[in-house]
Amino acid sequence: MSSRSAQAKTSTPRSVKDLRLGESGTICCLQDPEMALKLLEMGCIPGTQVRLNSRAPLGCPITLVVGDEDYTLSLRVSEAATILLKD
Amino acid sequence: MARATLISDPTGAAASALTLEALRDVPPRSHRELTRIALIGNPNSGKSSLFNQLTGLNQKVGNFPGVTVDRKTGISQLTAQHRAEIIDLPGTYSLYPKSLDEKVITDLLYDQASDQYPDFVVITVDASNLRRNLLLFTQLADLGLPAVLALNMMDVAEQHGVQIDIMALQQELGVPIIPMNARKGVGIAALKIVMSRQLGAPTVSFFEPSEDLLPMIRQIRYYFNLHNDYLALHYAHQFRQISFLTADDKAYIGELVEKYDFKPTPRQAQETIDRYARINDILLNTVTVVRTEKNEPYSNKLDKVLTHKVWGYLIFFGILFLMFQAVFAWASYPMELIDEGVTWINQLVQTNFDGPLVNLLTEGVLAGLGGVLIFIPQIALLFAFIAVLEETGYMARVTFMMDRIMRKFGLNGKSIVPLISGVACAVPAIMSARTIENWKDRIITIFVTPLMSCSARIPVYTVLIALVVPPQKVLGIFNLQGIALMGLYLLGFFAAIFSAWLLKLILRTQNKSYFIMEFPVYRWPRWKNVGITIVEKVKTFVFQAGKVIVAISVILWVLASYGPGNALEQAETRVRATATQQQLSAEETDIRIASEKLENSYAGLFGRTLEPAIRPLGFDWKIGIALITSFAAREVFVGTISTIYSVGQDADMRTVQQKLAAEKDDNGQPFFTPARAFSLLVFYVFAMQCMSTLAVVYRETKGWKWPLLQLLYMTGLAYVSSFVVYQLFS
Repeated sequence: MSSRSAQAKTSTPRSVKDLRLGESGTICCLQDPEMALKLLEMGCIPGTQVRLNSRAPLGCPITLVVGDEDYTLSLRVSEAATILLKD
Repeated sequence: MARATLISDPTGAAASALTLEALRDVPPRSHRELTRIALIGNPNSGKSSLFNQLTGLNQKVGNFPGVTVDRKTGISQLTAQHRAEIIDLPGTYSLYPKSLDEKVITDLLYDQASDQYPDFVVITVDASNLRRNLLLFTQLADLGLPAVLALNMMDVAEQHGVQIDIMALQQELGVPIIPMNARKGVGIAALKIVMSRQLGAPTVSFFEPSEDLLPMIRQIRYYFNLHNDYLALHYAHQFRQISFLTADDKAYIGELVEKYDFKPTPRQAQETIDRYARINDILLNTVTVVRTEKNEPYSNKLDKVLTHKVWGYLIFFGILFLMFQAVFAWASYPMELIDEGVTWINQLVQTNFDGPLVNLLTEGVLAGLGGVLIFIPQIALLFAFIAVLEETGYMARVTFMMDRIMRKFGLNGKSIVPLISGVACAVPAIMSARTIENWKDRIITIFVTPLMSCSARIPVYTVLIALVVPPQKVLGIFNLQGIALMGLYLLGFFAAIFSAWLLKLILRTQNKSYFIMEFPVYRWPRWKNVGITIVEKVKTFVFQAGKVIVAISVILWVLASYGPGNALEQAETRVRATATQQQLSAEETDIRIASEKLENSYAGLFGRTLEPAIRPLGFDWKIGIALITSFAAREVFVGTISTIYSVGQDADMRTVQQKLAAEKDDNGQPFFTPARAFSLLVFYVFAMQCMSTLAVVYRETKGWKWPLLQLLYMTGLAYVSSFVVYQLFS
């Protein structure tokens, strides 16, 4: 356990891009200021839970289920990489 | 089931009744004034369905973001005495525009002095997705505009276990709320009654601009005489993009922004976060979500198959195949009927009347009109397919699967639809590019779509390939002619992709290409909406493109029917003189006369003038005439060639080929060498020989810049490629 948390501290912060299929995470912050405006409007608010719902056959774009509502968002992996997750 | 619960639902019905009861004291609007009401809402919130219900006007409903590009209006009879003008606005997620579409909304709502300024707004909200939908509502409410909230898709919310205390929500939001189901027409009557009343501004505000911004806001308010702080804040955010501000106005705000060190991006981000916090509070008190069981949306299960690595693409190509089958095979029967109908009318006119005006009518107007009308079945079928794919939400999945591939070439997942449709006809294909919200991606798509080999090129391809490519088998199974035809289609496709890539490098644009979009749930298509789409597209095509193609046909007819001085009469006398010597039949004489007349007409003159320019491509003046005439539409090529090479108009293609094969050059050698034929083929692959396409690009881009650039680029590409091909092969 301790080794894993040590590893987490040294590695770069995880983003939505790093989620495995079906895995959920809580949004910590948005990196790209301009993209953030669009993502915020679409409901990707810090503190919101997102779940990686599916990937397009070629790995990009992906779909996320945002919050507890049945609301699915599709976005590119490069866009997902700007959404950082809480540990 | 859902419908029944909604109608009998005590909360919803009682809420409507209470809303109406509370409005009893609100005075109705005067009978004479025409209330102007704007319809605003998120994409997929059912806004267009509501518009259709209110106005009864034909309008498209798409289950796909960005469908409504143009602002549409309609008249609604609210009560027996009241009528209102309803403005349908593009779907948007917020009042901070990200695309040209969304700018339509801010242009309308920022200018209070405009005579287009709405008296109030109806905000459609998806009840199953309240949190995100309320963001736009709170922004609009803060602008101080009188508003009604149309709480749509109550049935879907119920299925999802979302229970809304409507009276409490109405209290919290400070505007009348009408629960409804616009697709089925539930709640429309109540909404109309509310809309006929003289509403006041919303009583609740949701966001206060930060204290340190107030001095700047006050100055903007004072300068522009604005009634509202939040509107003034938007001026500070958007002043560069507001179309009605003068350069002085912009400079003034620019100075203020500088002076108070106003940073738009973090402010806007903070505002959105604050608004969501407020919305969460409101929802906490008014909405409960009861998850009866883990209701995994059926959409997800469908997606597992429809966007699967293997099945996804197979199903997609299956649907494509079906679509092509429909457009090429099924559409040919009604197309023949239309063709026969036009011919019949033509003959009717010809047998009953006489004179030059009749010729203009039959060979110019009717021929041109026939050229337009014949495409109606293809357009109707294509749009039926596309409308169903959009309505069900499948199109969003296609763009999702194709985005990665298309992006490499400066296109977008959504460009796949126009490119596919382009194989049938570029006109509906370009119209379908409206679903692309990003300006750059859309322009590139429109620009390259005509390079896809459309059905009008088929006659040219088949005639010329049969002339120079031997029908022998390759590798035992493939037909060499078939391979050549396939090669021409691929040539067009790769030219489109390569041109897109080139344009991607050249075009500069401020707005980023996003693919952040809502993934709509699958829905059963509404056949009425599909019908409306078909009728609308066909009407647009016939009236918009039709006007231009008929005009061009008339001009071409005049050019081909008249010559300088009495050149045509002299030509006829000459032919008649030689015809009696050579003892030609009456029919042969007529054909010879037609051919000689064409050679001496203005069109023939142009062909001769053009000859030096096209000689390096291997073409002579006769092909020059065909090139000129087929600039209106490629199909004209075979007809023109038939006339020029002394073949009767209605001769079948084999005769055309024989005549082409018999054509000799100055040295007595066959004129159509493989070099010449391939050069001509390549020219037809690339050249922009289609007035309808030009007309539709003009319409869709609202200017002549893009159609003219397209004409220059494609013709240039055609010329250079033909030149290279001819020089290499000869």
